[in-house]
Amino acid sequence: MRLWERLWMGITIALMVLATLAVFVYAPREAKMGDVQRIFYFHISTAWSGFLAFAVALVGSIAYLRSRARRWDQLSHAAVEVGLVLLTMAIITGSLWARPVWNTWWTWDPRLTTTTITWVVYLAYLLLRNAVENPETRSRFAAVYAIVAFVTVPITYLSARLLRTIHPIVLGPSVSSEAQGQFGLTPRMVHTMVLSLVAWTLLFSVLLWMRYRIQRAQETLEEMEAMAEPS
Amino acid sequence: MVYLVAAYLVFWGLTFFYVLYLARRQRALEERMARLRARLNPELREEHDELR
Repeated sequence: MRLWERLWMGITIALMVLATLAVFVYAPREAKMGDVQRIFYFHISTAWSGFLAFAVALVGSIAYLRSRARRWDQLSHAAVEVGLVLLTMAIITGSLWARPVWNTWWTWDPRLTTTTITWVVYLAYLLLRNAVENPETRSRFAAVYAIVAFVTVPITYLSARLLRTIHPIVLGPSVSSEAQGQFGLTPRMVHTMVLSLVAWTLLFSVLLWMRYRIQRAQETLEEMEAMAEPS
Repeated sequence: MVYLVAAYLVFWGLTFFYVLYLARRQRALEERMARLRARLNPELREEHDELR
């Protein structure tokens, strides 16, 4: 591992520890929900990083279709996998927050439904990739799929802003009068939120880099193994 | 408080296991690479080194 990579990872770990400390020590206890509100700092950050990952996959896919350079397809593939891990965290922890606040683990609210659709659509991306054997066809198909799949991201974002939902809007005003668990942010809460967002964005970039390098090495190795096979 | 602890266990636990999974995949690739290096001729060995 190169020096800049060690530095990058070190800063990320330090910020993650700092963000966790801020969540538990620095941020005040929310008046109505109590301590369970502290889930929101990382819940929003993982959801944001997950959607950022899908945006990277979109950019990578467009770049692949334009240039046909394999590194863009490898980046998209890596971004979707990392994005799915992050979105899985957001979904599970959202459910853990909902149980005490909404008195249910799950409800088919527009925000929860669109998030689930996004998760399934990107899971299908990974499964369908494996179904295509020809590498060129696979990359082209995956790129087109990732571009179309990205439609689910703005729909998920807007679902809680345009539709009647019980999901609270933490960043920005809520339009739904039915939102349950809505809360205002004090300055300390805003600091914690910003720190969490920065820490998770950095962690996402580290995970993406690690996964991209593996993908790149694996594909090159497979090519070299094929070349080394006695004909 | 139970839900809060459970949620942060999910955040840290899933991150930890995913990093572990990536590290294992990386190690497996390095082992495959080492096996291949033994079979490859010197010219291809240089390309291999770029991957590391």
